[in-house]
Amino acid sequence: MAAFLMGAVYFLPLWYISLSAPQYPEGLSMYIWINKLSGGTPYDLQNINLLNHYVGMEEIISSSIPELLYMPYVLVYMIFGAAVTYFLPRLYMIALGILNLGLVAAAGMADFWRWEYNYGHHLKPDAPIIVPGMAYQPPILGCKQMLNIDACSVPHTGAVILLAVFGLLAFIVWSERKAYLAEQVQKG
Amino acid sequence: MVKLNTVLIPLLIALVSLGCGKKGSGAVLASNAAQKVYVAPGEKDEVYAFMSGGFNGQVGVYGIPSARLLKILPVFSLHSENSYGYDEETKDMLLTSKGYVTWDDAHHPEISLTGGNHDGRWLFINGNNTPRIARIDLTSFETKEIIEIPNSAGNHASPFLTENTEYAMAATRFSIPIPQRDIAIEEMGKGKFNGSISMIRIDPKDGRMSVELQMIAPAFSYDLSRCGKGPSHDWCFFSTYNTEQAYQMLEVGASKNDKDYIMAFNWVKAKACKDAGKTKDFPGVYYNNFQPENMPAVATKMSGVKLLDPKDCPGVAYYMPTPKSPHGADVDPTGEYIVGGGKLATVLPVHSFSKLLKAIEDKTNYTGDVMGIPILKYESTLAGEVKKPCLGPLHTEFDNNGNAYTSCFVSSEVVKWKVESREVLQHMPAFYSIGHLSVVGGDNKKPYGKYLIALNKITKDRFLPVGMELPQSAQLYDISGSTAELLSDFTTVGEPHYAQMIPASVIKDKTKKIFPLEENKHPYAARSEKEAKITKNGRDVHINMTSIRSHFKPDTVEVKKGDMVYFHVTNLEQDYDIPHGFAVYGSTMPNLLIMPGQTKTLKWEAKEVGVFPFYCTDFCSALHQEMQQYIRVTP
Repeated sequence: MAAFLMGAVYFLPLWYISLSAPQYPEGLSMYIWINKLSGGTPYDLQNINLLNHYVGMEEIISSSIPELLYMPYVLVYMIFGAAVTYFLPRLYMIALGILNLGLVAAAGMADFWRWEYNYGHHLKPDAPIIVPGMAYQPPILGCKQMLNIDACSVPHTGAVILLAVFGLLAFIVWSERKAYLAEQVQKG
Repeated sequence: MVKLNTVLIPLLIALVSLGCGKKGSGAVLASNAAQKVYVAPGEKDEVYAFMSGGFNGQVGVYGIPSARLLKILPVFSLHSENSYGYDEETKDMLLTSKGYVTWDDAHHPEISLTGGNHDGRWLFINGNNTPRIARIDLTSFETKEIIEIPNSAGNHASPFLTENTEYAMAATRFSIPIPQRDIAIEEMGKGKFNGSISMIRIDPKDGRMSVELQMIAPAFSYDLSRCGKGPSHDWCFFSTYNTEQAYQMLEVGASKNDKDYIMAFNWVKAKACKDAGKTKDFPGVYYNNFQPENMPAVATKMSGVKLLDPKDCPGVAYYMPTPKSPHGADVDPTGEYIVGGGKLATVLPVHSFSKLLKAIEDKTNYTGDVMGIPILKYESTLAGEVKKPCLGPLHTEFDNNGNAYTSCFVSSEVVKWKVESREVLQHMPAFYSIGHLSVVGGDNKKPYGKYLIALNKITKDRFLPVGMELPQSAQLYDISGSTAELLSDFTTVGEPHYAQMIPASVIKDKTKKIFPLEENKHPYAARSEKEAKITKNGRDVHINMTSIRSHFKPDTVEVKKGDMVYFHVTNLEQDYDIPHGFAVYGSTMPNLLIMPGQTKTLKWEAKEVGVFPFYCTDFCSALHQEMQQYIRVTP
């Protein structure tokens, strides 16, 4: 079941960032997927980059982020692990799954933050608009006002599923452990 | 003397009523009129109004009830604001058999119909002076096609649509020798002049127009028309004046007859006669100009039409006598009643379609014929008359509660009356001298009602004075209650002859926001900065240029004196409401206004040596002012 759920993550975005400004009443948004970035409409990513170019931000495109190339394989590894666990149900395999998932999530979030930091801080020195001391790093979670733009960042379906998988595995370990303890008490 | 009186008395009364109108012009309004026209900031209007521009050759788009002007749509006229008619993409839209005709007199906007109701796909409008019909796409609000009508003069009774937009009808206001030749003008009444009724086929899928056939007709002036619906689906009705066939002093000469006619024309029969080989090939040169999506217009010269003589197609048309130079020939929502608006009449005749069908069957109702078109007895088709409605009834539209509204020029008012009983319910003063009126969906099977606009011909003291030429005045009425109420006055652009209104909900969510770049097939498009380039071909220099916030590519341009430079500018933006403009120093044509994803072309002759700036003319971004570069002209 965990394998199927994780499989679904290929087809669902992980994270969602929305931007709104007075002159963008309809808003602009982008999705972060396991393997790509996309705009809320077919043109949003281009329009976000057009706005960003005023402050000298590097262009946000999928091909400039190598993590998006190998993250799918990491997910394949975990799905493979889940499948093996199905045929060879051992508690330590599940514990390993939890560990792997936790590590990947932590690394992913750290990487996400790093990219946001780099995009927000490493600005071209010849940018048309330079506000001294201003950085344009969007939040990982929650909303933040940057110049005239309100940026909000929230997990999307994919991240929720991964969290659910994590919870599911934890529940299995917890209930198995309870059953094991009960068994011990009976034996004892 | 008697005849003169019939003209003079209404005019005198008109003058008196003008005087009365002035006194009452500060009319007491119900207290909530202001609320009814107030559209709060950020809110949108309920209805679109498309108003013809008359002598400006354009269409004005208004929001109702606020009466705010939303857009001016160039159709038959040059529009320097966005280079319509000047640039390489749109200039051929105005090509005709008489050359480039960059103006027309645009009268009657008609929204396309499905099942007798406005479907909001296209807007058609006639050019009166150089007979043409234009089709405007209501997703992009752009003129997409113009067809010239041969063997016609004064394309006034046009472009009236059949129930499912199968055809647009176009009949002549001015009779002429057909084909054109030198004849003494005095011969007009002797059968040497003719009118014509053209059936313009509309392709149901893409709206493309073509001349199906033309029917030659007696040399009367065909004024207005409406086509039937429901039971009268197969028929269109044309009002006529000058059945006297006067060629001078028409004001007297064309007002002699006690009755002129409404022609009932069976377009289904006309098409059947064409299919049966009853038409003949006839000369006629005309242009059909089409604007493919984001491509230069394609002007096609056409030659020859199928001409139908009514003698060869018995039953194709009948004349119903109608008092005194009727203007409107308006069909009620059921398709049963045809209301004639006799400009100089004191009654409003209402013809019955079912009585017409019966009258045709009985030859004793035939009182004569012209060119093989039978004239029927007045009483044989008449349902009844609205007695003493007003003076100078012109044009009638209908609401969703069985009421009719007739505009009256001479007594300067709108008269509300009950269609079934023909009893007058209310007189609503109009300031001043109303021409057409418009109800939301007022010619539909199911009118929307609610609002009525009076399109007034005289403005006088209604607004702040602005010299001799005044804006035309329009007035908005709320007709939703049992008593109609005047809500507001507003100014219009050009001279709106007629307007059509449609609920905004039918159109607004289908409107286009950008041209997708990947669909741009323009031969000189640069779909990305990588495709920007300069190609020299003899003395012609083609620049495939891009524009995006906030620069053009290529960065600099160099040409030789005497070169003809074509700036093909593609707007790379894919964001709603981010057009770029383009102008070059010394250009003899207006600026380009380029929509997101669109390519447009400015032609510029390198007349002198030097370095000349070009820049973006539409404020696009914080760095709009910096969007400027140079072209160098070397000896």
